[in-house]
Amino acid sequence: MSYMSSKYIKHETDVLIIGAGGAGMRAAISAFDAGARVTILSKSLLGKAHTVMAEGGIAAALANVDSKDSWEVHFSDTMEEGVYISNYRMAELLAKEAPERVRELEEYGALFDRTPEGTIMQRAFGAHTYRRLCHVGDRTGLEIIRTLEDQILHRDIKFFDELYVTKLLKDGGRVVGAVGLKLNTGEFYVFSSRAVIISTGGCGRIFKVTSNSWESTGDGLGLAYEAGAELMDMEMIQFHPTGMVYPPGVKGLLVTEGVRGEGGILLNSQGERFMQRYSPKKMELDARDIVARANYAEIMAGRGTIHGGVYLDITQKGPDFIKKKLPSMYKQFLDFAGVDITKEKMEVAPTVHYQMGGIKVNPETTATNVPGLFASGEVASGLHGANRLGGNSLADILVFGKRSGDGASSYVKGVSPGKIDESTVSAEIERVEAFVGKDGLNPHEIAEKLAESMSENVGIIRNEDNLRRALKTIADLKEPSTRAGVQGGLKYNKGLLQALELSSMLTAAEAIVRGAIERKESRGAHARSDYPKKNPDLRKNIIYTKGGNEMKLEWREVPRIPDELKKLVPEEVY
Amino acid sequence: METVRLSVYRHDPSVEREGKYVDYDVPKEEGMVVLDAMKYIEKHIDPNISLRWNCSAGKCGSCSAEINHRPALMCKTRVDSLKEGKITVSPIAAYPLIKDVVTDVSENWALLKRIPKFTPKEGLEKPWKMSQVDIERSKEFKKCIECFLCQNVCHVIREHDTDYFGPRHVVKAASLDMHPLDALDRSEFMNRDAGLGYCNITKCCTEVCPEEIHITDNAIIPEKERAVNAQYDPLAMLIRSRRNRSGRK
Repeated sequence: MSYMSSKYIKHETDVLIIGAGGAGMRAAISAFDAGARVTILSKSLLGKAHTVMAEGGIAAALANVDSKDSWEVHFSDTMEEGVYISNYRMAELLAKEAPERVRELEEYGALFDRTPEGTIMQRAFGAHTYRRLCHVGDRTGLEIIRTLEDQILHRDIKFFDELYVTKLLKDGGRVVGAVGLKLNTGEFYVFSSRAVIISTGGCGRIFKVTSNSWESTGDGLGLAYEAGAELMDMEMIQFHPTGMVYPPGVKGLLVTEGVRGEGGILLNSQGERFMQRYSPKKMELDARDIVARANYAEIMAGRGTIHGGVYLDITQKGPDFIKKKLPSMYKQFLDFAGVDITKEKMEVAPTVHYQMGGIKVNPETTATNVPGLFASGEVASGLHGANRLGGNSLADILVFGKRSGDGASSYVKGVSPGKIDESTVSAEIERVEAFVGKDGLNPHEIAEKLAESMSENVGIIRNEDNLRRALKTIADLKEPSTRAGVQGGLKYNKGLLQALELSSMLTAAEAIVRGAIERKESRGAHARSDYPKKNPDLRKNIIYTKGGNEMKLEWREVPRIPDELKKLVPEEVY
Repeated sequence: METVRLSVYRHDPSVEREGKYVDYDVPKEEGMVVLDAMKYIEKHIDPNISLRWNCSAGKCGSCSAEINHRPALMCKTRVDSLKEGKITVSPIAAYPLIKDVVTDVSENWALLKRIPKFTPKEGLEKPWKMSQVDIERSKEFKKCIECFLCQNVCHVIREHDTDYFGPRHVVKAASLDMHPLDALDRSEFMNRDAGLGYCNITKCCTEVCPEEIHITDNAIIPEKERAVNAQYDPLAMLIRSRRNRSGRK
């Protein structure tokens, strides 16, 4: 139900979902099917969310290809790769429920590649014990998005696309709605809802070189943090070993792990297959953090290519094989770089890929510590610990997307709509409007300064000096970010949007850097040259909260794993 | 420094009656695509320019525009692939303008809602089995990234006021109809309600598809043929007439 006031359009719903990627859409479906009125918001057009860029597949222990696979092995792989700071219950739920979610997606109309027996095909991926990734060529994400979009469109789910949420609204301690700006009309919206689910994805765009698309500016992290939610494991940022380096416009764009899976080798500028030195046994197919650090070390040692990468070479496999197995990579390099990968080597370098940390949630319902607020997908934390397995993110969005829809729809049955505080709404609208129609600091330049500093100082191998430098940049940008200004009006003003995004970007960046300083060890994706060893005393999570005017950090014990699960996982080695 | 000149259509229909082309000079970089140049304008010259893009990698279909008056994705059009002289960038013409080069494509969601959704056959044994060969036809259509360039070049949509849904939506229907376990036939709906008959297979849509889907040959023509077969199949005609008599649709 919507009605207009002079300043904004008001819309009432039971469950408000912010973000329409895989997690948000899956949540919308389950909340609706449980009988709730559902509204889903998307910063971009419907069906364009970052999920479309996922390539490899969904990890689910169907055991269609390797009959020995089971949820227990998937669970163990996930815990081990998370370097023992994952929430065991989330890993358990993921491993147990992913197969059901995949089959359900098939029943929604998704078409997975098949085995000769006609079942869903599964492929090998780094650090998975068995062949486990259900896939649709190298376009698995597109298939998920399109399938879920279809389900949304054929249900009575309200959606508003190109709508950017700037603030969560609270009634006392609980979240009861949100304020947002509809970008394509320039109108303000106030949503009154009994529950809010945040599924806004990651924050890769706070780095200069990233595989993440435009939306990934940590919006949900900022909204939740400001509303009093706990964040966790923010220091854990995954670098993918192979992103494109050239041309500049696509620097950071993902080059799928599948290239190495199909036999691609890494070479430095001297033609040496350097992985022989870093990982003589597993070579190019070792875990992502190891291969990424090797690529980085070669580039730093001056053995990189002219555009600052290393070579990835699959030419020895011949044109027919390459075009059949890696069609989209073939097209990607030909279209963007003018490189024919059947004849020439690719240039690649590590690229920021995924945020393991995020909003702390209850594994069963995805509820946060703030009543009425739920979170799922990349913006939530706990499942991946210090490192994420390839394919576990697509499983994550389906399993915990559904759980957040169930959790929120069940929560709303017991609560009445909250009271929307008009003065808070007016103040928020004023704050947004204040960026427009004036000369001020260029918001894009502020964002660029942040991204440059993050890529330079909070890279794949970190140290105290560089981290302090980044922290100073962040502190220095905070005040200017409130003085950004853009000409024009409220409608489709991307400069305004960038100005609004800055606060969440700075929150995400600050958490990452403060956590990275605090964690004086090297664990998973977090590598410190000044603390190169893993420290058993730091097998804990870092919790981040907003306290007064500054960010508070607190070490917290990892939930104790029950014995029957513990025996499935190899002992941690120090 | 070598520069490239872009002539970009600027128009806010809520404020101005007419739009105009504004020239911008952007430093040229090796391997630059049109979207890079547009982003440069947005970042360094006029942050108020309206520009829609997401993945900048040809995977999301957000940055559709007309480049030198030909429909294309900005992220996949290399500046050095265009002929010398300035590059014009204008919005795709088949949709209402929001501002500058951004258009309102929302009517497509309303059309997609009307296409009957995937409906599995009854009594299938679980887990479902399908062979790879049988899914290939549908998979071609599932490559669609909804950039709507095919809609933009379709002369039925551009020049005539009909109820034709357009090529994207025929591709959608075909992707469902050719799903090996789908129970429906949408060709009759496409013919009766979605104006498929208006398409006179000029193949303009196929030419602009960035995913190289054979829209006309593999989606539109088979859907048309099925609709015609159902229409003139004597057995189908008999069944229809009986159904109509018994009051069912």
